[in-house]
Amino acid sequence: MLKTFSLGGIHPAENKLSAGKKIVILPIPEQVSVPLAQHIGAPAEALVNKGDVVKVGQLIAASAGFVSSNIHSPVSGKVLKIDDVVDASGYKHRAIIIKTEGDEWDESIDRSPELIQHINTVPHQIVEKLKEAGIVGLGGAAFPSHVKLSLPPGKICDILVINGVECEPYLTSDHQLMMEKSEEIVVGIRILMKALKVEKAVIGIENNKLDAIEKMTALLAEHPEIRVQALKVQYPQGGEKQLIDACIGRQIPSGKLPIEVGAVVQNVGTAFAVYEAVQKNKPLFERVVTVTGKSVKNPSNFLARIGTPMSFLIDAAGGLPTDTSKIIGGGPMMGKALQSAEVPITKGSSGILIMPEELANRKPMQNCIRCAKCVSVCPMGLSPYLLMLATSKTIWDRAEEEKIMDCIECGSCNFTCPSSRPLLDYIRLGKGKVGQIMRSRTK
Amino acid sequence: MNTLTISPSPHVHSGDSVKKNMYWVIIALLPALAASFFYFGIGAIIVTLTAVLSCVIFEFLISKYILKTEPTIGDGSAALTGLLLAFNLPTYLPIWIIIIGSLVAIGIAKMSFGGLGNNPFNPALVGRVFLLISFPVQMTMWPTPILSRFHYFGLTPEIIDATTGATPLAIMKEGVSSGIAHAELMHRLPSLTELFMGIKGGSAGESAAAALLLGVAILLYKRVITWHIPVSVVGSIIVFTGLLHLYDVESYAGPAFHLLTGGVMLGAFFMATDYVTSPMAPKGMIIFGVGVGVITILIRVFGSFPEGISFAILIMNGFTPLIDKYIRPKRFGEVNKPIKA
Ligand code: SF4
Ligand code: SF4
Repeated sequence: MLKTFSLGGIHPAENKLSAGKKIVILPIPEQVSVPLAQHIGAPAEALVNKGDVVKVGQLIAASAGFVSSNIHSPVSGKVLKIDDVVDASGYKHRAIIIKTEGDEWDESIDRSPELIQHINTVPHQIVEKLKEAGIVGLGGAAFPSHVKLSLPPGKICDILVINGVECEPYLTSDHQLMMEKSEEIVVGIRILMKALKVEKAVIGIENNKLDAIEKMTALLAEHPEIRVQALKVQYPQGGEKQLIDACIGRQIPSGKLPIEVGAVVQNVGTAFAVYEAVQKNKPLFERVVTVTGKSVKNPSNFLARIGTPMSFLIDAAGGLPTDTSKIIGGGPMMGKALQSAEVPITKGSSGILIMPEELANRKPMQNCIRCAKCVSVCPMGLSPYLLMLATSKTIWDRAEEEKIMDCIECGSCNFTCPSSRPLLDYIRLGKGKVGQIMRSRTK
Repeated sequence: MNTLTISPSPHVHSGDSVKKNMYWVIIALLPALAASFFYFGIGAIIVTLTAVLSCVIFEFLISKYILKTEPTIGDGSAALTGLLLAFNLPTYLPIWIIIIGSLVAIGIAKMSFGGLGNNPFNPALVGRVFLLISFPVQMTMWPTPILSRFHYFGLTPEIIDATTGATPLAIMKEGVSSGIAHAELMHRLPSLTELFMGIKGGSAGESAAAALLLGVAILLYKRVITWHIPVSVVGSIIVFTGLLHLYDVESYAGPAFHLLTGGVMLGAFFMATDYVTSPMAPKGMIIFGVGVGVITILIRVFGSFPEGISFAILIMNGFTPLIDKYIRPKRFGEVNKPIKA
């Protein structure tokens, strides 16, 4: 039986145009700009100065605090400057700009293609290693992995949940990675299990990726402690709360983290990066990025160095289509519209989606007709119409009562509303305000 | 290159629209419309056309000249209100009365509250109930199906006498109150098959249960509505009348009779399910539906009107804000299984 999460959900057109396209190693651009804030938490602190010569994989910015992450040079060459550049957020942030010369890797990285199955490292060393290698969640949020693996005192974890659902339409990077690097991913999962000291793991994969389900299931025959859970195609199944509910039937209470129900979630891409960091001593400086869109000539999956300008990837996929009207970093449901194609790829970039004119604009908003469709699709069981109303009338206590902070910003309500109401725009605004009020109360 | 559009996520939309929903409801009403044309002929055509046209025209005029907003008649909701109003009227009703009903439905029940989405009561039902109270004679003159097909203009008392009859519900009500035995009454009423196919006196749209069932199947299939309201209305009527029938077979008709007569099908499938005036949470919808079913039967069996579904829906419309306030959808993470360590 296919499982899925218990409340709401939608089924947007999948449009997986780049499905089955082999991961192509992208050439190295002439210049990269590596942002210091690529992850959730404090931006890293630059360790290099203008004029310094760096190698691929060399630490160039250090984690600044517990929730932060190291950053390694994605190329070899000379640091041109450290400057403010516009990143995916639309604002200017600090970045290290490196002019590429050759492709000289740090000697400590094992570049052989050989698969290393045996795990020598002990749990606390694993966490240390991931911290050193700058591993963050590659599903999009880019939360530092070592933080997720350091359980808060008193909490027990009994299962590791691996996210292989890739529920965003268009994106295929995780799918392709499961097809090409399945053995490495399994080792990565075993490393994560060892770090967490858990006996069980489950990989959730949606039923539109039958080949990946088959491949992983076959591989896992030797590892009965890890099972594959085939899931019904349903957005937002990749949300942590939805994934845990779908795979193991536990619901995280409002305002709590997965560890509350004994689970830790990691993405398949992260599992692969974990393998490379621990077994191959390779820090995180490249990742798989899907470049796609209805008018894109060759929708592709690229292995690209962090800091590569998006325009470079778009050119490799056949160039920017003439009817381009929107460039999105990420998928169509939760991705961000970008100001320019020069924004660099970061650790959290799962895809670049190019939208033609006719898809880029929203329809004008009409009155709410109280159709309850937003209520029925909300995976958190909220009443989006009411949250929008409370926000527009600035009734913050009502918004809080209605659990506005539970909203995972999946966009299902916006997607569904027949009156094209910008529900999530208002809810985001309301969340900001209510969050502020709640914080000021605890102070 | 064009300038890039910057907007917050999500960047895609389902393509659903108010218009699509309204037109699907209209499409779902077409089988019943065809049945009404077949049974009531020229009268049904005139009543429907008048109601639809006057609703659309009133909405246009009011939004353009009184509210001074962009007219919204394109979304199909005014046409739908007109169609539903027509379905609730007897087919000998004079044109001028239909126009008054449309004005009440659109002008008072809908536009004075701010247009689509803001009206607390179902506009078509407000129009109907207003007419029923203002013009009780004309509103209860029920043409007989087939026989009345070619009459509308130049009705003489003879034609009216020959082509009208009481509705099954009225026969039942009369009969029970004057103490006629149940078996005898059943004899005077159309058979259940006839009721199902619509061969009985009544308003234009409520006649053919079969056509209305087809319509609701379309709405459910296209996910315009969910099952909650129709099932709870019909279910509560079955349970309530079933219990009464078991209690006293002689005085109370069974569930099949109640479901197939009057406006239960039309009301449960097309009027109670109106988005604007019904609750938002699934549990709320069920409470609403049960309320409609129970009140309908209370009015039919114990009240002074033979039919009660219009009143029942309007009463429950009034309770909708209250239901919405207290019945919230089920939230994620409310139920929690403890972890087995
Ligand atoms: S964006 Fe928030 S309110 Fe809207 S459906 Fe998703 S969780 Fe619910
Ligand atoms: S989906 Fe849109 S129109 Fe329907 S209830 Fe929600 S906000 Fe209102």
